Amino acid sequence: MSPFIETDGKHRKLEGWPFMFTLLTTIAILIGGTVEFLPLVLVESNVPRIETVLPYTPLELAGRDVYIREGCVGCHSQQVRPFRDEIERYGEYSKPGEHVYDHPFLWGSKRTGPDLHRVGGKYPDLWHVRHMEDPRSTSPQSLMPPYAWLLANDLDFEDIPSRMSALRKVGVPYSDAEIESAVRDARTQATRIAEGVAETGGPDGLEDKEIVALVAYLQRLGTDIN
Amino acid sequence: METTQPHAYRESRGELVHFDDGIVRLFVLATAIWGFVGMLVGALIALQMPFWQANLGPYLTFGRLRPLHTNAVIFAFAGNAIFAAVYYSTQRLVKARMFSDLMSRIHFWGWQTIIVSAAITLPLGITTSKEYAELEWPIDILITVIWVVFAVNFFWTLKVRREKHLYVAIWFYIATIVTVAVLHIGNSLAIPAGLFKSYPIYAGVQDAFIQWWYGHNAVAFFLTTPFLGLMYYFLPKAAERPVFSYRLSIVHFWSLVFIYIWAGPHHLNYTSIPEWAATLGMVFSVMLWMPSWGGMINGLFTLRGAWHKLRDSVVLRMYVIGITFYGMSTFEGPMLSVKTVNALSHYTDWTIGHVHAGALGWNGFMTFGMIYWLLPRLWKTKLWSPRLANAHFWIGTIGMLLYVMAMYSAGVTQGLMWRAFDEAGRLVYPDFMETVIQIVPMYWVRLIGGLMYLAGVILMLVNLFKTIATAPSKLDDSSITVS
Ligand code: HEM
Ligand code: HEM
Repeated sequence: MSPFIETDGKHRKLEGWPFMFTLLTTIAILIGGTVEFLPLVLVESNVPRIETVLPYTPLELAGRDVYIREGCVGCHSQQVRPFRDEIERYGEYSKPGEHVYDHPFLWGSKRTGPDLHRVGGKYPDLWHVRHMEDPRSTSPQSLMPPYAWLLANDLDFEDIPSRMSALRKVGVPYSDAEIESAVRDARTQATRIAEGVAETGGPDGLEDKEIVALVAYLQRLGTDIN
Repeated sequence: METTQPHAYRESRGELVHFDDGIVRLFVLATAIWGFVGMLVGALIALQMPFWQANLGPYLTFGRLRPLHTNAVIFAFAGNAIFAAVYYSTQRLVKARMFSDLMSRIHFWGWQTIIVSAAITLPLGITTSKEYAELEWPIDILITVIWVVFAVNFFWTLKVRREKHLYVAIWFYIATIVTVAVLHIGNSLAIPAGLFKSYPIYAGVQDAFIQWWYGHNAVAFFLTTPFLGLMYYFLPKAAERPVFSYRLSIVHFWSLVFIYIWAGPHHLNYTSIPEWAATLGMVFSVMLWMPSWGGMINGLFTLRGAWHKLRDSVVLRMYVIGITFYGMSTFEGPMLSVKTVNALSHYTDWTIGHVHAGALGWNGFMTFGMIYWLLPRLWKTKLWSPRLANAHFWIGTIGMLLYVMAMYSAGVTQGLMWRAFDEAGRLVYPDFMETVIQIVPMYWVRLIGGLMYLAGVILMLVNLFKTIATAPSKLDDSSITVS
């Protein structure tokens, strides 16, 4: 080591040779990432497949994009850790195979609000509608901002097929038929949710609003395994 | 870049070299102004957390503004500070003007364009949602182009240098330029779905891994290595002392750049990533403590025999606070990486406390120190008010302490409440809300601390503009005669 770092040692020579210096630095910073990442991509057992995990429906996908747009991930994680208290509070801990269609992953790094990975099915649709419109109506002391515009904004149904095509390019197995009927399928699912909300005493006419997509996504979360 | 001989630097005794100071002035101005904007947004989101009424939807809600805060303080405030440091010190260290004035200007205006695009798109909800990489693909491409301009300009300046050996500050700049390019491209690979939307090529576990390989090393190669370069140039200048140990700089440079890259998975402890990856991340994070403290020791010991100078130099005092907080957050970081500690701290405000100890203490104070040192030199006049600078030092330090103390107590409190069980084996606080209400007072304390820190930045802005007002109307570039 010492001939290398002496005042007039080998390192001194290297300092007179920027190209070599840059090359060695580049090699030094590439090793760690490569060694850690390659096995994750190449070795299947690192992300065991789960048969029951399926891609999002067109409406859920649109809802997920609303979740991304609003930055929900800044306050809510989607990753239940394998601890007794978390399983007690949220439900079964998160498995690697549950996220294979998550482009991008939305695990988060801060829980200003509770984890949402197992929120699917926990509350009725109407609860979510009310909660998004005014969080204080369902949780009196909540600090969450209201998202009333989600009940007023029209959902962009027409854009869903091109989003599915983009996702297909990165490996989500949407078929031609699914992409073709995406708008129709999304509207059907939206209408079903909106009718349910209206029947249980909620507002009418939500079937073409962003809120139903978000509700569809939230109700799907974490429900693929049982 | 140089490909031929180790001795290809220029022999140019007696030659007169003019430095491009104008570009440094631009970056210094941008640093101060964006620092104010970014921290103002920080104060707003700090208010929104205990006071939801401050969410002015849809464009100014917490979820959309949080990434605006992080992008503004990291890429606009710290980013412009880095470029100011690189452009000022590199020219002097290699005794050459930057290779191309035009490229320097393209870099400056291109970077400001990127920041303005971020400030517009993020409130509109145009985001990838990946932390510190939220900007959508057209902006990502612009970042790549501008970074390449910066790199070519920088490396070409090294090629035409008149000083044979590269000083340690330059090593850190080299590591920064190379690694940020690799990280940015690696983490931004995505398929567009329209102009304002894209989906990353990775999913789930792999996307999480790549994201935190990027995210952690953004901390390493954007908030750490360039600031170490800054320290290695500006601290010895301000202290008028040589760097403590040349050997230590070699050892800690190479171990730092090699080890940092491995540490990303400590952001994913106990998540769905494989156990072996998390463990590797933890082990390398703990190893990282040593090279980090190598930098701190080299910095603080450079002041040996010069401690009395702190009395009169607000610049040196800011550096001492900065380096001390660097030491603290690089001790805390490895500790947070240990799984049992992370089990408590992860997802809580403890992380936020850690982040801001590094960001406010290390990045903030190193930048402020540099700006106060550069002002009289770049504008060829005296600092308008040393007393105001001193006030900045105190109000900033106290504000920062309030901020981090509040977050540590909020983080530990909430972490313990989440996991509390009673004798019957039931959660003591099954309602998440109870654990939030408990820490709301701490959010108010953090807001006060943040406002104080912001007030310090305003004092600096006043000092800066007042100083500039007293500058001579024609500012010549500095020059040296190569000896
Ligand atoms: C006046 C000063 C500042 C205030 C009031 C402030 C406030 C905040 C707030 C309220 C958050 C959100 C915390 C949460 O979600 O729980 C945040 C996050 C963050 N801030 Fe600041 N901040 C300030 C300065 C800075 C500076 C100077 C930097 C960096 C150079 C910085 C970097 C960050 C980062 C990286 C995060 C995200 C942390 C994470 O995701 O874990 N902040 N800040
Ligand atoms: C030896 C050095 C360091 C190590 C090993 C380290 C380790 C860690 C760990 C374990 C976390 C928490 C991850 C989690 O639970 O989510 C973290 C978060 C963070 N640290 Fe450090 N840290 C170091 C130094 C620094 C410094 C000097 C800074 C700032 C200048 C910094 C900025 C951050 C940021 C911004 C985050 C938040 C990331 C996020 O969740 O969004 N770290 N660090």
